[in-house]
Amino acid sequence: MSIKKEPDVKELLSCYHCGNDCDNSPIHFDEKIFCCEGCSLVYDILKENNLCTYYNFNNSPGTSQKKSTYKEQFAYLDDEKIKNKLVRFTNGKITSITFYLPQIHCSSCIWLLENLNRINPAIIKSLVNFNRKEATLTYIEEKVSLRQLVEMLSMIGYEPSINLNDSEEKKNSGDKKTTAYKIGIAGFCFGNIMLFSFPEYFSSGSYTGDGFKGVFSYLNFALSLPVFFYCSSQFFVSAANSLKQKFLNIDVPIALGILVMFLRSSYEIISGTGAGYMDTMAGLVFFMLIGRAFQNKTYETISFERDYKSFFPISVMIKKNNNETSIPVSDLEIGNRIIIRNEELIPADSVLIKGDANIDYSFVTGESMPVLVWEGQLIYAGGKQLGTSLELEVVKNVSQSYLTQLWNSSEYKNKNEESSFRQLVNRISHYFTIALIAIALASLGWWVSQNDLAKGLNAFTAVLIIACPCALAISSPFTLGNILRSFGRNKFYLKNYSVVEKLAKVDSIVFDKTGTLTKTNSSQISFTGKILNPEEKKMVRSLVHHSSHPLSRMLDEKLNDVSAIKSENYYEIPGKGIQANVFEVPIKIGSAEFVGVKTTPDTSSVKIYVSFDSKIRGYFSINNEYRQGIEILVGKLKQSGYDLTVLSGDHDGEKNNLETIFGREVSTHFNQTPADKLRFIQALQAQNKNVLMIGDGLNDAGALKQSDVGITISDNINNFSPACDGILNASSFDSLPGILKISEASHRIILGSFAIALLYNIVGLFFAVSGTLSPIIAAILMPISAVTIISFTTGLSNWYAQRKL
Amino acid sequence: MSIIILLIIFSLILAVGFLIAFIWSVRTNQMEDDYTPSVRILFDNELIEKKDKQEHTNTDI
Repeated sequence: MSIKKEPDVKELLSCYHCGNDCDNSPIHFDEKIFCCEGCSLVYDILKENNLCTYYNFNNSPGTSQKKSTYKEQFAYLDDEKIKNKLVRFTNGKITSITFYLPQIHCSSCIWLLENLNRINPAIIKSLVNFNRKEATLTYIEEKVSLRQLVEMLSMIGYEPSINLNDSEEKKNSGDKKTTAYKIGIAGFCFGNIMLFSFPEYFSSGSYTGDGFKGVFSYLNFALSLPVFFYCSSQFFVSAANSLKQKFLNIDVPIALGILVMFLRSSYEIISGTGAGYMDTMAGLVFFMLIGRAFQNKTYETISFERDYKSFFPISVMIKKNNNETSIPVSDLEIGNRIIIRNEELIPADSVLIKGDANIDYSFVTGESMPVLVWEGQLIYAGGKQLGTSLELEVVKNVSQSYLTQLWNSSEYKNKNEESSFRQLVNRISHYFTIALIAIALASLGWWVSQNDLAKGLNAFTAVLIIACPCALAISSPFTLGNILRSFGRNKFYLKNYSVVEKLAKVDSIVFDKTGTLTKTNSSQISFTGKILNPEEKKMVRSLVHHSSHPLSRMLDEKLNDVSAIKSENYYEIPGKGIQANVFEVPIKIGSAEFVGVKTTPDTSSVKIYVSFDSKIRGYFSINNEYRQGIEILVGKLKQSGYDLTVLSGDHDGEKNNLETIFGREVSTHFNQTPADKLRFIQALQAQNKNVLMIGDGLNDAGALKQSDVGITISDNINNFSPACDGILNASSFDSLPGILKISEASHRIILGSFAIALLYNIVGLFFAVSGTLSPIIAAILMPISAVTIISFTTGLSNWYAQRKL
Repeated sequence: MSIIILLIIFSLILAVGFLIAFIWSVRTNQMEDDYTPSVRILFDNELIEKKDKQEHTNTDI
């Protein structure tokens, strides 16, 4: 990751602190220009404390300070319970805490945050981790409180993002360390055991002398102890768990192989009858640990689907006898009156008592435009208030609320799906293990019938050793990991592994039109009719501000120079228009039919009519601008034999344009409400089709969820929607055919690597059954098979990614 | 030839030293952040500040 360089000062009127345009009223201070009070305040603090070097490393390194805060925002940090959850270490005098500061973006940030003790000398040490956007502060408890610390950080523009999940992440990093230790130790032992085994392999005993042989064998034995007892413990635990569930997962034959290898080798070394297979065992454990670590790393990078808890607030203000106190969210009870301020999440399902609720449910449904809620109505947990503060009464516990249930159920579902590739591996390994034990017993039986018990035992153990399915276990994590990473490079992010498999099965693709095929670009909007004065613009914006329709969003963006005001009797007919009263004037905005205009259809653009008090004022026309490369994309998809459909919530004015792009055979459906879209997908699925829905995640959340794979096209990948399985950056839209091809290929790559792994096993089994498996053959076969699988899967998936994307 | 045994013991001790160094580096979080130290070292110490920030690269908490 490289430090983001701010572009050189492009205009005269860009803020000295944050670089934003000072469009309305620049603030002059100390011969510098600032866009807002907040920015100049930060500058003032830094100047006072001799920290202006901050501005030397990069131009305008700060972040905009326009977001408003309020005095009691961090009051909850005075609560001991919350504090104890957050701090990393404390001895009563000195405390250390790690904050996540999403604003960290350049070297100036590092410099400033590591020089915090100039602002407050009570901070002993501050250390930034740039990649993780974290700062660890160590401070003297007596001189500064946690709350003051956070307030100071947010005052200089680095407001920490604090959530309950923090404590769980610490545990996670501990797991990572354990894996690192295990890999290190296993690698060390593997290398040394292999070295000490060479004399045995490359010479007959006479040349090195018997004394050496003993020394080397015992050294190998000593080195294998940490591998067996420490590094491989997780395989035994997993195998034991799987046996408890009466199922043979991949770890059962692995654990069996390791156990037999260790016991037989120990016996050979102690009895002096052979050199044992210690190097094979150590190498096996080493390679498999690397496979696991790789898998975990991939899981980590694709976890854009975070736990709902990480979005949840940590505490909430409750109102009791006219006093406002803050309590941890977990202590919230039914009947509590809570105060929710601007930009705060609602922690539990509650009824609105007082205030203008304007709730953004983007986190729950994917709808990013706020919804109006009236007093007495229910507000679901997970909604975010935009606007003035609210008073709510809690009606459900945090754990029982709608959001938690939604997440828990989808989490459950995902877990099942997630393991589908692993299920394949486990299914194979189930029969593999049974076959393995059968072969081992058969060869034992055969040699016993030949009156050669020693050779029989030799063959029995050798089968279990050589068939240890290390290559089988590492093939799917490496293939899928590589594919997901190449998707990530092309700005396509998936919820989990199983989506790759489902993508491979897709046979029909449904596109949403507005916002997906077309760009949402407010510059394409023009108004025809008598020009609106600022007051009227305000009234128009007050309506469109509350609607989630892409066209409303475009209008809202277009009119962002005026602020929305309160509207009454707001009513929206999805796909038609919106109406409301502002200043007692009834306003209607929407389609010609909705507003009451009789026109001849003009196909060149979409028109949004506006009427004040039933008098038509004019219309906004929006030229549909299609995303680049759609024709090529459609051509490629058709060639690959996918069924294409376009669904649009707008009228059919665009039909001709769409037909020139998609061709006549592609069915297009207009005037579709979100519910229509959902039903359309269900109808396709009823015909046994695997549907890929591509939408913008805003007004087609239902359809995205219903489809087998729902992909959101987004210009901003942080635009989070639980309804979708993946997010594709709009700039990579044309790589969709490639993505589908690679998903198909992934299945073949995995099966191919299974075949290779089995081939090695068959070769090994040939030696094992005949009782002639020498340690050197095992020592050669095992690493070669692991390396072949890794290079096969990595090479092939990268080759596909390069060719297709 | 028995000198080889001595050599092997020494080489093993050396290798264990490296293993310990690796474990120590993981323990002291040196693997956690591979970017910030490279930026940090380029900051000049200003005259008014005596405290040397570069000393504090390792968190030992």
